[in-house]
Order: sequence, then structure tokens, then C-alpha cells
Amino acid sequence: MYKFYKTGFRNPNLSLKEKIYNLNFSYLFFIFLLAAVGVMMLYSAANGNWQTWAIKHALRFALSAVIMFALIFTDIKFFLRYAYYFYFATLLLLIAVEIYGAVGKGATRWIDLGFFRLQPSELMKIALVLALAKYFNATPVSSIETISGIIPALLMAFVPAALIMMQPDLGTALMLIFTTAVILFTVGVQIWKFAAVGVGVTALLPVAWMFLHDYQKQRVLTFLNPERDPLGAGYHIMQSKIALGSGGIFGKGFMNGTQSHLNFLPEKHTDFIFTMLSEEFGIIGAVMVVVINFLILLYSYAFAMKTTSYFGKLTIIGLATNYFLYIFINISMVLGLIPVVGVPLPLISYGGTVMLSVMASFGIILAMYVNRETNLGKD
Amino acid sequence: MNRDNSKGKILISRMLIWGLVQFVLLLIIIGRLYYLQVFQADKYKTMSDENRISSRILVPPRGIITDRNGVYIANNKQNFQAMLVAEQANNVDETLQKFKKIMPLSETEEARIKRDLKRYRRFVPIKLKDGLSWEDVSKILLVSAEMPGVIVDDGLSRDYPFGKQMAHVLGYVAAVSENDLKTDSDPLLETPGFKIGRIGLEKKYEKQLRGTGGSLKLEVNAVGRIMKEIERKGGESGQKLELTIDSRLQQKAFELFKDESGAAIVMDVNTGEILTFLSMPSYDSNDFVKGVSQDTYQALLYDEKQPLINKAIAGRYSPGSTFKMVVALAALEAGAINRDTRIGCYGKMDFGNHLFHCWKKDGHGALNVVEALQHSCDIFFYEAAWKTGIDKIAAMARRFGLGEVSSLRFDDEKAGTIPDKAWKLRQLKSSWQGGETLIAGIGQGYVLTTPLQLAVMTSRIANGGKMVEPSLTKVSEEKIYQYKNMKINPLHLALVKEGMCSVVNRAGGTAARSAFDYKGAKMCGKTGTTQVRRITLQERQTGIIRQEDLPWKYRNHALFVGYAPHDNPKYAVVVLVEHGGGGSTVAAPIASALLKEALILSDEEMR
Repeated sequence: MYKFYKTGFRNPNLSLKEKIYNLNFSYLFFIFLLAAVGVMMLYSAANGNWQTWAIKHALRFALSAVIMFALIFTDIKFFLRYAYYFYFATLLLLIAVEIYGAVGKGATRWIDLGFFRLQPSELMKIALVLALAKYFNATPVSSIETISGIIPALLMAFVPAALIMMQPDLGTALMLIFTTAVILFTVGVQIWKFAAVGVGVTALLPVAWMFLHDYQKQRVLTFLNPERDPLGAGYHIMQSKIALGSGGIFGKGFMNGTQSHLNFLPEKHTDFIFTMLSEEFGIIGAVMVVVINFLILLYSYAFAMKTTSYFGKLTIIGLATNYFLYIFINISMVLGLIPVVGVPLPLISYGGTVMLSVMASFGIILAMYVNRETNLGKD
Repeated sequence: MNRDNSKGKILISRMLIWGLVQFVLLLIIIGRLYYLQVFQADKYKTMSDENRISSRILVPPRGIITDRNGVYIANNKQNFQAMLVAEQANNVDETLQKFKKIMPLSETEEARIKRDLKRYRRFVPIKLKDGLSWEDVSKILLVSAEMPGVIVDDGLSRDYPFGKQMAHVLGYVAAVSENDLKTDSDPLLETPGFKIGRIGLEKKYEKQLRGTGGSLKLEVNAVGRIMKEIERKGGESGQKLELTIDSRLQQKAFELFKDESGAAIVMDVNTGEILTFLSMPSYDSNDFVKGVSQDTYQALLYDEKQPLINKAIAGRYSPGSTFKMVVALAALEAGAINRDTRIGCYGKMDFGNHLFHCWKKDGHGALNVVEALQHSCDIFFYEAAWKTGIDKIAAMARRFGLGEVSSLRFDDEKAGTIPDKAWKLRQLKSSWQGGETLIAGIGQGYVLTTPLQLAVMTSRIANGGKMVEPSLTKVSEEKIYQYKNMKINPLHLALVKEGMCSVVNRAGGTAARSAFDYKGAKMCGKTGTTQVRRITLQERQTGIIRQEDLPWKYRNHALFVGYAPHDNPKYAVVVLVEHGGGGSTVAAPIASALLKEALILSDEEMR
């Protein structure tokens, strides 16, 4: 271990003091603010009880923050050097979960680590971004513009996506695919190729429909017409809209959300926590949460612009995109804009895995930013 | 290096495009928030309230009914009932099966539950079984966790402490029918288990007894559990109803009748207040509150003694000899007879081709009107009726309230028939025959009256010709003052009353055996025995078959009308015993006992 430090993964160019100086404290403030909102909403969700969720959420955040800081102060060469190892290790975990699940005859998505339940699929979101960033960092533009140049990247995305799809976890699989698409777009893959794939996917949609599980089909159908079955599958989204709408401009007040507290709103402490927030704090509270998240994204892209290394830029873009997808999918879902896919609202929803992976992402983003002047080169 | 530079530039420009896309997507979210939380807020606020607020109707306690002394004769008693809320049950059939294991349900009950489940919305509690004992309640509560949706509710149910004795006065309450829902829009009717006055006073005074429903707004959670009360509007309890019935006298009448069939009425001659209102045999009102089985109902419906018919107002009987007072008054008024007119009776008289008989085969000899009433001589009244004419008799009868519906206004009250020439032409399309006047003269033939009408008639004779009207609720002084005088010659009335007093108090009077003397107060009255079968000529020759030898339904009706005290009348009585035999032997003793009891009770009140 001692040797580990000595052989120098710590950046020889920057001292700890300089790294702290380089940190963006507004960014950290936004993160802490969202986590605080989460603690507050979970206190309300448990009808004014700290024990049920709020304290555990705060503890998980604290633990995740430690990991985030550890990552901030990690030598960024480490990320580049071990990107593929990390990717393959995560892939093995995914396969392990898949086999374990098949043997146990139940859908298992996680490995129990005591305080956290580690979902390899969550880990994969980071691992894939790092691996793709490393791959494109080393690939010249001429190669990116050829089909053979992007095939390895596509394989890197589709193998884990297929595994996750089999769990089955459609939401996470689609997030991986979408993040990959955004990375391909930003590295300069021609627009017409996206258009071609778009046409192809549309043509294959009926085939994909056949492979969907019944409950997934229900969700899509229910999304298309929530009133189809107001007491069954459409109940969640209907109740979510009622909660949101009845919140109005100023909301019903903290702890006074009738839809939430009388249990009309399902999953109010996890996937539907944004609904509860909007019911209790109205559109003012809802927009504030959206704005804070928007600022986090805005800062992230600003970090990407200021970062010298291509690997750093792409990693930030990938991880920020991933974060955006969480926010967008979750909020659109509770607003009835897209089908219910079971994606939590990071930092606010109760749940360990997402908290860990999002905080780790922030750690890596900030690490890239802190070492923004370090040129990593191609390897 | 040049190439790498462009690689970085592409990355940034593409990133900015992607950033813009994200910005637009977040704007869409904010737009959607605006649409839901501002534009459509009112709609969703309403839906949210509909979710959380459960409105219930509070059923007011039904008005209590008491007798004239404040004794409860219709009351509300605590009733534990098991209810089922379909919405809260995971599986309604399964819950029902489990419930049946603890509390067996009859087929009728099960059919009703199935019907109610279809009829009411899923959150409305439906009655499974009522009248539960404490033991039953604890049994149900013990396993209620295994039967989600089953709740025990303590409601009120109607109770009639006097059961059979008051059935024809009070009627009963019963479940709401489809027809009630069409004619009455009161939301109370739609509350499960609500009972509506179906017949009798319960029906007549339905509006005031029912009261008005209150409302209760409760906050409920998603599974329907009550979290708190939001609003409560009281509503109004049903009004108390005080009757003029004296439950002690009613009970006395009930006991005097034993197994006989018929009716008895005791009425205050000056106010019209009814103290006793009995129709026999009777049924238990309490049975109908719970709902009688088809078998029980059929048995009551087809019983030859017709317990479901209120004979006091819906039974039409020939008044027989009790009609003779009216005939006498009509004859006196018309000048057909006067106080000294004597008519000879030889047991029978010829009229046209027919032979008309007196009830006394050997005849009474020559009688004046007082003696004719005392002995109830038929020949005298054949003659008097013939001389007076049917139209004048009918007019007099109507003045005494016969042949018309009374002021009680019960739905099932019958008018009876007071025939005259025009009536026969209208109803039977044939002209009046002289012999029919004779038959009417002794209260037979077409003449049909109800016991209540006879009570009114007797009261109007007893009170000196005031048009008193019957009432089951307290009659005001003002109303009593407004009773019109019938303008009957007091001398004529005195003669008739003398005749009635002779019936009871003179030797040879038809009801002499039923006389009493309570502190100087005596009874006056008139017997009546009406045939329900025709006596053939052959039978008259061979000897009339004795009443006891006839089947019940061919026996004569026994009637007695009377009043007391003789000098200052207070109460009138009518007793009708269907197929009871003779008026003097069966009806008069009951009437006598009732009047005496009425005087004793009134005496106690005075003190």
C-alpha cells in the first residue's frame, strides 16, 4: 500500500493546498443543497420521523461525500490508466449478478455491501464513460469518422446494456445506450449516422415490443393513456399528476401534502419524491430544484470547457449527461411526459446505489476540473 | 497536432449543441410544471379533495312516538350490525365465506347482500347482519383482521314495545323500495339500511318523524381509513309524535278480544281523540322492521282472519241494527214517525211479494221508537224506513259521517256505502226497489260502514249533534270549538239516546246483561248482529241453524256501539267481532268492559 502512494498516483504537479484552491465551492454547495432537500423531504415522507429514512439518507450522503472527496484528490492519471480494467471488472460483476440471479431464480440487481447495495449496473454507468473517454482519447478524428472506428465503442456499450436489459432493467439499459449516443455525438460521429440508426430503430420497434416484459408493455400503454385503467397501472401517474397539480403555485406546505401523506401517491420516498416536493412547495419549490440541477449541469459543462485534456473533457460530458438523464427521466416520468421507468431523483430520492454512483461521478468531474491544466496525453 | 486541435473543437461545439438540447428539455419540464401546477391547478385541487374527502350522510334518529301519557310506543334501540365495505375487502366472496363461518346467513339474507353489493357503490357499507348480541360482536371483532372490509356498526333500529297491540295504529318502517326512490329525492333514502314508514302512522307522519340528514366530511387515506373529521353538519332529529292512544286501554282491548277477529275503537265524543284503535288479529310490527320472510308474509296474507287488514278503517261491514238510530232520526226529522207513533210487530210483514221477518219470530207487539230501539225491533224500522224513503235516510247517514272517508286520511281507509236511488242507478244501472229501503232500514243490504264511521256516528249522537271528527293526535281547543252543529232536533236526539240507554239499562234491552254502574255513570248503546249468509225459507221452517254449528266464516258479525256516562257522555265505543255470533252476547260485554276501563282511567287522571 505504501508503495502504491510512493510510486506516485498523486499528482506531482499540484499540492493538496493547490487542489483545494482549485475546487469549485459553488458546485459543492449545490450538491449539498440538493442532499439537504432530500433529507427534508424524506423527513416529511415519513410523516415527521427522522429514523425512517432521513437519517439514513444523511449518513449515506456523508459516506458518499467521503468517497467523492477521495476521488477529487485522486491522481487523474489513475482514471485514464485503469479505465479499461475498471470497465472489465464491472462487466464481470454484472455477469456474476446475472448468473447468481439465474441460479436464485429471481431478478437480482445488486450485491449487498451492508450499508449500500451495490448495483453493478450503476457502477457500469461510470465505468463505461471512462472506458469510452479513454477509447476516443486515443482515436484520431479520421478514425472516429469511419464505421470501423466506432465499432469497439458500440460493443463496449451494447454488451453491458444487453446484460442489464436481461435483469430486467430497461431504464438503466436505455440510459447506458443514450449516454453512449451522446458521447458518440460529441466526439464527432456524423449526424447522418444517427439519422440512419434512428430510422433503423423505428423500423425494429415492433420487434423490440415483442421482447418487452408484460409489465413493461403495461407501463408504455399506460403512459400513452393513463385514464385507461385508473385503479390499476395508470393509478400511479394519475395520482402523481393530481398531487402536482393540487400543489399549485405555493404548495400545501411542508408536511401538509395530502396526496403524499394519505398514501394516494405511491413510492413517495423514492421515484415520486419530486411529486411530493411539488405538492408541498408548489411550482416554486419544483422550479428551484430544476434550476439547481440546471446549474450543476451548466457548471459541469463549463468545467469541461476549462479542462485541457480530451479525456477529462469527455469524461465530464459523459458523466454530466448521465446525471442529466437521471434528472430528466425522473421528473418527466412523474410529470407524465414519459412512461414510468423507475429512475430515482439523485441526491433526493431514498436509495444508496444511485447516491453512491452520482457522488462518485461528481468526484471524478471535480477531479478533472481540479487538475484542469494537467495534460494527460493519449494514454 | 492540427488534427487533434480540431478534435477538441468538435468536442466543444458538439457539447454546446447537446447543452442547448438539455436546456430546451429542462424548459419543457418547467413548461409542464406550469401547465399542471398553475394552468390546471384548480382541476387537480378538486381531484385531490375528492381523493381525500369522504362525505357521509348522518342519519338522524327517527322521531319517537308516545301514547297520550308519554309512554313510548315506537322507539329507537341500539342495534349492532355487521357491515361490509366492498372497497376495503381484498376479495368480497372470500370475506363473505369467512363471515358465514362465524355468523351463518340465511338464503334471503345472502340474496339481499348480493343485491346490495350490486346496487351501492363500492365504498358504501352494506349490512351483512343486524341485531347482533355482544357475544356476536366480539366473535366478529376477534377475526376481523382476517376479513378486511367487515366492520361492526352500532346504529339505531325501530322498536315497537307493544308489538301486536299497536300494529294497526303505527304500521311499521321497512326498507326503501325503488318506488320510494323515484318519488322522494331525500338523500337519506339512499343510505343503506335506511327504513321508511311503510304503512299506518309511520307512513302518514313520515316527513316529521324522519327529520333531516346531517353530513359528515372525513379525511381518508388511500385505503379508506379515516384520518380526521373535517366538517360536521348536524341535521335534525325526527320530531316526537304524541298520540291520543292510551296504551293501557289499547292493551285492555287487545286482551278482551283474545283470539277473536274484528275491531274496537274508543273515542272521546267531544274532541274526537281516539284512545283505542284496534284491529284483530294483528301482526308484530317489529317483524317487518327486520323484514319478514316470504313464507311468513304469505301466511299473514292468506290467513282467513286477515291480520294485515286494518279492519277499523278498511273493513266494510253491514252496520245492522246499529244503523237504526240513523233511521229513527231520519224518520223523526221527516215526520214519518213521532215520539208517540206505535207500530205493531207480529214477527213478519208482507211487502210486495216478499215476506220480511223480525229477528224475534213471535213479534214484539206495538212499540214506540224508544221501545223499538230497546228491543231492536226490525218490523218497526221496516215501516219507519219505508215511510221516510231511502234518500232521506241516506242523507241523515252521511251527516253522521257514514259512507265517507274520515279526517284520519289513512291510505287504506275505505268509504263504505250509503246507498240511495241515484247511487243504485249509477253503480248498478237499475232502479231502486221498495224492498231495498226496508232492508236498508235495518242496516243490511247495500249499506256498508267501517267501525271508525260507526264510532264517529255514535260520538255525534252522544255529544248532542256536534260534527266531531276522529283524530289520533291531540285536538286543539280551537278545533273543538269549530266543530259544527249538525242541526238535529235535540228532542229527536234525546229520544234516540233514551232508546240506547234502554238497550242497556232496562229489563228486556238487548244488552241488559252488559250494564254497569261506575260511580253513577252508566253505559248506553245499541247491539247489532249482521248476517253474512242468507237464511232460506226452508231453513226458517225447519228451524234456523244455531251459530255454533256453522263454520266460522258463515257465522254472524257481532256489533256494539255505545257511549258513557249516560248523562254526560265522554267516550264512545265501537266493538265489532267478525263472525262472533250475537251483538248482545259477544260484542256488548267487550264494549262494556272497555268503556268502564276508560272511565276508571280517566278518573285516575282527574285525581
